[in-house]
Amino acid sequence: MVQPKAPSNPGRRKFLINATSVVGAGAVAGAVVPFIGSWNPSAKAEAAGAPARADLSKLLPGEMMIVEWRGVPVYVVKHTQESMSVLDKNLSRLSDPDSLEDQQPDYARNELRSRKKGISVLTAVCTHLSCAPKFYPELGATDFDSDWQGGFFCPCHGSKFDLVGRVYAGVPAPTNLPIPPHYFQSEDILIIGEDGGAV
Amino acid sequence: MVTKIMSWFDERLPITATIERHLTKYPAPINMNIWYLAGFLLIVVLVIQLLSGIWLLMNYEPTAEGAFASIQYIMRDVQYGWMIRYMHTTGASAFFALIYLHMFRGMMYGSYQKPRELLWVVGWFTYLLLCALGFTGYVLPWGQMSFWAAQVIMSLFGSIPFIGEELLTWIRGDYLISGITLTRLFALHVVLLPLALIAVIFVHILALHEVGSNNPDGVDVKKFKDEDGVPLDTKPFFPYDIMHDLYAIGVFLIFFCFIMFFYPDGGGYVIEYVNYEPADNLKTPDHIVPSWYYTPYYAMLRAITFPLFGLSAKFLGFVVMAAGIAIFVALPWLDRSPVKSIRYKGVYSRFFLALFVLSFFVLGYLGSVAPSPIRTVLAQFFTFTYFAYFLLMPIYSKYEKCKPVPERVTLS
Repeated sequence: MVQPKAPSNPGRRKFLINATSVVGAGAVAGAVVPFIGSWNPSAKAEAAGAPARADLSKLLPGEMMIVEWRGVPVYVVKHTQESMSVLDKNLSRLSDPDSLEDQQPDYARNELRSRKKGISVLTAVCTHLSCAPKFYPELGATDFDSDWQGGFFCPCHGSKFDLVGRVYAGVPAPTNLPIPPHYFQSEDILIIGEDGGAV
Repeated sequence: MVTKIMSWFDERLPITATIERHLTKYPAPINMNIWYLAGFLLIVVLVIQLLSGIWLLMNYEPTAEGAFASIQYIMRDVQYGWMIRYMHTTGASAFFALIYLHMFRGMMYGSYQKPRELLWVVGWFTYLLLCALGFTGYVLPWGQMSFWAAQVIMSLFGSIPFIGEELLTWIRGDYLISGITLTRLFALHVVLLPLALIAVIFVHILALHEVGSNNPDGVDVKKFKDEDGVPLDTKPFFPYDIMHDLYAIGVFLIFFCFIMFFYPDGGGYVIEYVNYEPADNLKTPDHIVPSWYYTPYYAMLRAITFPLFGLSAKFLGFVVMAAGIAIFVALPWLDRSPVKSIRYKGVYSRFFLALFVLSFFVLGYLGSVAPSPIRTVLAQFFTFTYFAYFLLMPIYSKYEKCKPVPERVTLS
């Protein structure tokens, strides 16, 4: 069999092989970009993720309405005087009563976790495994809690939250229910998905 | 004439040589027992899944609007559609039942030990691909459980510190699980993952035929050969082993058809009842459970209810669950025993293997029922014992007293 001759300039050959390999690897890396990038949300999906608008004029105290934003349910609760007055009764059983975890915009990092007093806007996605917690506004003993002060109970894995979405300690959910960016365009018009400039 | 034609082909394509190497002259140990049927039956199920899958594909519509309706169309209007779909759902469960038996056989008889480490690792990849196939396939009917199982599993990626949220959006291709997510899982389920599975199974069999089959005694059958260099304690795979396998296929298909025809939802385990409702992203089912073959790992996920080292409980649960699946791959290097088969290993190996099996079943049960405080404690305990089998193995397998291993295979 014919054997190839030894290269007359091995250093140059080695350099050329390495240079070609590097350029080739660069080309492969470049070719990967469209395949990875194609998995990002499309323009259509981004448009569908636009802010949602809700009219709260018909929402009575003690009631909750569900607004869909980016495909997830957002709970809007108008609290009664009574339910707001018992909010601090179970403070010792909450794992983050002062909302220290970054689960809300700065304007909602207060006692009531709200931008507007008496109205809670909560992303209804359990911080454990993304189920939708159910609304249990009643006070007193329930199937899952002997001293219930109103709030949300997740039917999937038993996580509990109070009426402003603060998580109880000792349940699978690690953090409070997130509060989406929102603002009030007017007295009763709530926009979910935008901070509305002034924060 | 026939010889002439055959040699014409053989000069151009190694037909005869391949048949001899992999079938008529492949030496199968004579003491192989019933546990060795699972591997062969897995190939049968693979064929069932490929065929029924391709036929389902002819009528399935991979869109959020049309998926659920197209399943109903397959079930009600397509001729034999119900049968092909039940074949595929029963096949999925059979696939996992058999691969768990197959893996247990390997653990029992030390089939992962030298020189079969790579064979085991490649086999573990088939299990991983099967898990991915099971998950992606489960989402396709776009029922309530499809949707919420996808929600739960994908949200696990969101728990990864720092990159979680972006990674999650990238995986879903949207800010929620949507039709976009469905179509990409569909593409993975019907093209990429089956292609990869077939390729990996091919490599698995190549590796097997390189090192040869292990046997219940875990002895090296290649030690004693006859004058032609053929191991004494083996018989040709074809026709001798194939005959057993054909009989096994018959028995297996009786069970398979029984479930497919008379019990297709398997009491809610093969097809979950909640999945008869179309997906609704605003309504969570009361009780989310994965398919039975993932329940041991789901129980591990839920067992971690406490944060540790600054990591959230959810992320830790994800890590433990992934570790539970991943740790099999380390077995060849965890086992320090000079002995392969459990028949000759010491009492500790037997104890821990039994404990592993018990943990697997208890976790499997716990993962399929709603959680409660006592069940969470149980899940934590059995997650611990599950890992004890693996993590303590370097110690107990090294220091225990083994029984003497025979020179040649034994026949009962």
